[in-house]
Amino acid sequence: MLYNEPNPLETKVLTRRFGIPNSADVATYVEHGGYQAFLKAAKMAPEKIVDEVKISNLRGRGGAGFPTGLKWSFVPRTSPKPKYIICNADESEPGTCKDRLLMEYDPHQLIEGMMIGGLAVDAHKGYIYIRGEYRYLITMMEKAIDDAYAAGWLGSNIQGTGFDFDCYVHTGAGAYECGEETALLDSIEGKRGVPRMKPPFPAVAGAWASPTLLNNVETFSAVPSIIRDGGAAFAALGTPKNGGTRLVCLSGHVNRPGVYEIPLGYPMLKFIEEFGGGVRGGKKLKAVIPGGSSCPVLLASECDIAMDYDTLAKAGSMLGSGGMVVIDEETCMVKAALRIMRFYAHESCGWCIPCREGTTWLRKMLQRVHNGQGIASDIPLIGELSKNMLGRTFCALGDAAAMPTISIVEKFREEFEAHLDGRPCPFEHKHEMALA
Amino acid sequence: MTFSPELEARFEKLLKIYPEGRQRSAVVPMLMYAQDEVGSVTRELVEEVARRCGVNPLQVDEVVGYYSMLHTKPLGKHHVQVCTNISCLLVGGEELYEHAKKTLGVGNKEVTADGLFSLEEVECMGACSWAPAIQVNYDFYHHVTPEKLDKLIQDLRKLQ
Repeated sequence: MLYNEPNPLETKVLTRRFGIPNSADVATYVEHGGYQAFLKAAKMAPEKIVDEVKISNLRGRGGAGFPTGLKWSFVPRTSPKPKYIICNADESEPGTCKDRLLMEYDPHQLIEGMMIGGLAVDAHKGYIYIRGEYRYLITMMEKAIDDAYAAGWLGSNIQGTGFDFDCYVHTGAGAYECGEETALLDSIEGKRGVPRMKPPFPAVAGAWASPTLLNNVETFSAVPSIIRDGGAAFAALGTPKNGGTRLVCLSGHVNRPGVYEIPLGYPMLKFIEEFGGGVRGGKKLKAVIPGGSSCPVLLASECDIAMDYDTLAKAGSMLGSGGMVVIDEETCMVKAALRIMRFYAHESCGWCIPCREGTTWLRKMLQRVHNGQGIASDIPLIGELSKNMLGRTFCALGDAAAMPTISIVEKFREEFEAHLDGRPCPFEHKHEMALA
Repeated sequence: MTFSPELEARFEKLLKIYPEGRQRSAVVPMLMYAQDEVGSVTRELVEEVARRCGVNPLQVDEVVGYYSMLHTKPLGKHHVQVCTNISCLLVGGEELYEHAKKTLGVGNKEVTADGLFSLEEVECMGACSWAPAIQVNYDFYHHVTPEKLDKLIQDLRKLQ
């Protein structure tokens, strides 16, 4: 059973098999065109595979939006070292719940995407790093892998292509930081998940000091479609430099929250109306977190834009991981900022000081302001402290904590002021009423 | 230490799937699966995993201290994890957590006297579009209300 009703307006590419009975079974997958892209790719020159991915304008769906084909081209194919494919299934950016569905409803699409990656960079082992909380998915993914071996889609000389590929699942154990690709690599090596200095990039020295191709679940899951229908067809679904479709996880104050697949460049307000059914309770839209809690928030007046990486960047935010959180007029933005900061302070790995100290101090200051114990100088100080973290931390977690905070304190300054001098949170009673 | 045949089989597989000489990679997965059987990450388990993976117990300790799902103290039989992160917060996750505290009579990371339940306020669990969400052990529950939570706890009690 699907978690939410699909919407007829969706452009179903990666999710095309969602809802088919037993869609996770290898036989169902093969019946619906599965593993044909692998067979096609096995006859292509590796450079041609990478070219198709480049042409598709697929960009990393984990959050950074880096061009996938380019990332693939960085892996030194001719290196004498073993090369590895690693799939980042550590989905933990608040607001994001799409990779779960891709693994639950179409695990073989992911395996096929990783195999095609293996053909492209001459890797013969793939690991799927799944967050520990998704234990049921680890079990499902293990079954899918076993089924693929049994049906001859994994192992040695797959379907007579001469290509060998093994695939394994690795469980995480609860650490947001392990979604950062170099921290994930340390984690898969059995260490604490702390980020590494770059360079060397994972493409050159990744897992176990070997060249590693590391992509998000959704990124790998897009690959079979790209190879089957051609990179150009995928690119044409989106906008220039923003190829294809993506899964958007709509949550918060909408009538129909859910995960929906839309082409890149879809208008944001239209998406909230047509897919989300608008803001619930007939309330007004106050703000939108466009792509996971690390993104700067957009005011309602800034949301009349297209949802693609470049437009969002121009608007001062990010498309991120596709976790779109809709916030209504009765929400206290100080509380939202506080909750977001509590998360980053909890998840900071402690490796570098600006993040470890910065997130903790910011959490304390935001708590103080929300409690009504703040003073006027706290407001600029929150902004200043956040800006001091930007670009000065080892990995992107510091930026992830700073960016939403800066945007909230700048765009909703009057809400911070309304909390000063012992005044109670002006939204508290409204919130209680809404829940009653 | 002796484990169930299923866990032994998993351990055996885990020691094979990583490259030769890289068996340290199996430390976290071994701990994750073993603590389900043992009840928590005990001293004995740390040393056993260290021995099997060919690492120093200190190298196991350092990951135990890092990952939030590895517990050195036993949890309740049913570990109730309530998400209060942003998507859940907006639709009542915090109220749900407060309600769970009252219903179970315990605070964050505490265990009920009968050992049946433990409670934890957790970060985003990846159920944002079906919020508010909780997990009991590894099972997800979506669109949870205080009433649904009470019913679930009652049902789990009856299982005893």
